[in-house]
Amino acid sequence: MPMDPSWSPIPESRWTPAAARHVLQRAAFGGDANAIARLHELGRDRAIESLIQPDAPVPDHPVDADPDVIKPPSREERIEYRRMRAGDEQQRERLRQMRLAAQRNDRAMFRQIQRWWLDVMRTTETPLNERLVLLWHNHFATGHRAVRDAFLMYQQNAMFRAHCYDFAQLARRIVRDPAMLKYLNNDRNSRRSPNENLARELMELFTLGAGNYTEQDIKEGARALTGYSVDDNDFEFRRAQHDPSTKTILGAKGDYDGDAFVNRLLGRDACPRFVALKLYDHFVYDVGDDWDKVPRDRQRVILTLGRLIKKHEYDLVPVLQQVLASRHFHDPGNVGKKIRSPAHLMIGTMRTLRTPSRNNRMLAEAMEQMGQVVFEPPSVNGWDGGKAWINTSTLYVRQNLAVYLVTGKRPDQPFDARGTGYDPTVLLEGLDERTPRAVVDHLADALLGEQVPEARRAALYAFAEGRNKGADDPQALIGLLCMITAMPEYQLC
Amino acid sequence: MCTDYHPLSSNDTAATDGYGFTRRALLGAGMGMVSAAVTVPGFITRAGVAMADTSMRVSSKSGVPEDRVLVVVQLSGGNDGLNTVVPFGNGAYYRNRPGLAVPDDQVLRVPGQDGVGLNPGLRPVLELMEQGRAAVVQGVGYPNPNRSHFVSMDIWHTASPETDGGTGRGWIGKALDGVKVADGLGCVSMGAEAPLATYGKQTRAVSFASPENFRWTGRDLHPDMSKTYDDLLDTPLDQQHARRTDLGEDPLAFVQRTALDARVASERVRRAVAQRTNNSFPGSGLGRQLEMVAKMIRADLPTRVYYVNHGGFDTHAGQVNTHANLVRQFGEAIGAFHRELEQTGDAGRVVTMAFSEFGRRVKQNASGGTDHGVAGPVFLFGDAVQPGLWGDHPSLTDLLDGDLKHGVDFRSIYADVLGNWLELDDGAALGKTFRPTGLIRASA
Repeated sequence: MPMDPSWSPIPESRWTPAAARHVLQRAAFGGDANAIARLHELGRDRAIESLIQPDAPVPDHPVDADPDVIKPPSREERIEYRRMRAGDEQQRERLRQMRLAAQRNDRAMFRQIQRWWLDVMRTTETPLNERLVLLWHNHFATGHRAVRDAFLMYQQNAMFRAHCYDFAQLARRIVRDPAMLKYLNNDRNSRRSPNENLARELMELFTLGAGNYTEQDIKEGARALTGYSVDDNDFEFRRAQHDPSTKTILGAKGDYDGDAFVNRLLGRDACPRFVALKLYDHFVYDVGDDWDKVPRDRQRVILTLGRLIKKHEYDLVPVLQQVLASRHFHDPGNVGKKIRSPAHLMIGTMRTLRTPSRNNRMLAEAMEQMGQVVFEPPSVNGWDGGKAWINTSTLYVRQNLAVYLVTGKRPDQPFDARGTGYDPTVLLEGLDERTPRAVVDHLADALLGEQVPEARRAALYAFAEGRNKGADDPQALIGLLCMITAMPEYQLC
Repeated sequence: MCTDYHPLSSNDTAATDGYGFTRRALLGAGMGMVSAAVTVPGFITRAGVAMADTSMRVSSKSGVPEDRVLVVVQLSGGNDGLNTVVPFGNGAYYRNRPGLAVPDDQVLRVPGQDGVGLNPGLRPVLELMEQGRAAVVQGVGYPNPNRSHFVSMDIWHTASPETDGGTGRGWIGKALDGVKVADGLGCVSMGAEAPLATYGKQTRAVSFASPENFRWTGRDLHPDMSKTYDDLLDTPLDQQHARRTDLGEDPLAFVQRTALDARVASERVRRAVAQRTNNSFPGSGLGRQLEMVAKMIRADLPTRVYYVNHGGFDTHAGQVNTHANLVRQFGEAIGAFHRELEQTGDAGRVVTMAFSEFGRRVKQNASGGTDHGVAGPVFLFGDAVQPGLWGDHPSLTDLLDGDLKHGVDFRSIYADVLGNWLELDDGAALGKTFRPTGLIRASA
């Protein structure tokens, strides 16, 4: 059956609880039966409006964000350090210890900031905003390992959040973002020795996509970005290092600086199309970011989306409103077909099952083992995503993480039925019929989706029927939740 | 075992491309060592045992490349190369390290080798050398060295010193991309997190600190759950998922297939590791890891590359005892590993390579330690290894910013173990072709 290519809205009659669940999975971190029902009751348009919150309050700062853990030396300090370096062995040693201490403090702060963001995702009342921050973190990928200043990573994250519905703002601000400038070495891009790193990624990965510019454009763009540098935690334009002469970028001559260069890129048709591809990959289907590998039918749909983005001048509020209500988004060929990212899986499980807080170190390790350390993407390409998330190793981690969240049992520890600290009966609120079948269906519909056929539920029914204290007994529910989260269907959204 | 081999018979011409090193660099000492080895009675006895064992193994497929295994030992933190392969004949060594140098009379002498010997903790390595199955390449590094642990380790893992940021893919992962290995077991890494080196476009290492974590832990809750989990996995998917989508395998079918693979892989690995070894292994972390690897090799898992880690080499302060212990643990674990491989008849199909992200500075610091340096030694073990001390010991006086200069690019060694040993596409994995070093014997 061919897929519906239309971005026009589904009729109100198709706005079912299953459709509401699909929206919650893709534009939030999922939800239990009650959350699905609440969203459904709002009706199609109000439901989607309720998720799009460009004016949401800013989350509290991480407690330990300290702008001065890593700071450039003052003039006096520089002189002092130079003296120490030239001094005897003991002075050099003292200098080395100072540097190591600063790095240690920075790494400690980094762990706090990672924890803080996961916590924001877990508790936020505007989950779509955090999904967008994740998207932009992956799109404008920057890693702490190279930046080596946790505060700058936090600052960038806040910038993504403040402008998460406005791609033009994001693109304009990323060339003035200290973390990015350091990550791609633009702080060393000067008229005397131009560094092409940022100019290249700006076109290839951030705005146009490969094949939509020439090597000469990169050279000229790099000159436009000369002098875009960093002073401690702030952007600094170093006029003396900037090359003010005329450049020709994508066929147009001008006295480009970095900002004009970005505006030139935003004006190209390739740019909204590229943004459409990224949005499509994030919200609709795992197509990857290589345009040539996208099937024809989907290319056409994405082109239409690109025109929509252009029409709205990169304002994603009306764009997402349309996407999330659309016939294409709700086509059965797109429902339950995306592989959940580790963040989506972990946060979604915590939010949906309302599991108690667990050891942060364990959770951080799980994220690392699943291949998604926040603020530390593997490269400027970001995470591969899609099927690359899943292999024989990560699949066990994904399943065992859910067991840990539900039971508190670490892989190497025995199970302690009284030590779970978790009351799963909250998930049955409002469910009157408590037969084994009704309980299983209630959980499976919310956690796996209504489309999962009866045959796939048979083993769960059998398990539930075998519980002598009833299927709604807390221990039976814990067992069911562990098995439901271990099913292949749970890895998808 | 290597009596039929003589390095002088090699017709390889001297080749150097600025990265590799010349065949001439194989020191005369190495050649002496080979002949010395055959006169050691213990060696002949042990080899005799090993050969008898191999011939009795019906399933032995020696010589078939698919059967060959590479074991990578990562010495994390920056191993002090100068106290590992010790230039005891060089006055500059003792002048620069008055409190740290290995005393002359404790250095293990390598037969036929003047002025350079091994740390006393490496006696098992010396024995392997005498048997003609160990090589030490000296002065291995790369151009424009980076002294950050993270960056330098990334460079060794991705095999790309030029790029910053990189692709997030490693030399082993890229080499195994596109190679079909049963049950997703192409690469197994000991430790909770797989190292960057093992990441390919498709390749992911199976990684676990303990095999008990490489399984679904919900089985521990209740026997009924174990049964239900298996029933759920064995329930076929609806017919619609069997069809390919416009973007390849149906996502649900893909996850279900991976889950089935994982169950088989988990059972194979855990069954293998539950066996007992013939030899006792040291109780160190490295000893335990290599013990598990030996068991998996014996169980004929389809795994091509095993990755283990031995950490703690970042010896900025109070180095003497710490480093001596780490080196001794390394020597003991390697010794036990090779004794075991001999007895199981697997010695012929395993090559082990040990490396560290950098060496350390020539001069000791004020805290009785050494700071991050550059070039260091790489170890290779196995019957297929061209034995001896390779490369020149880096000069202790001709320094670059107080550091040793590297003589051998690490990627030329990667090229050898990938191309000549595993017979994988080393060019694709390394981004360019490096001349083989000759460290792997062509006739192996």
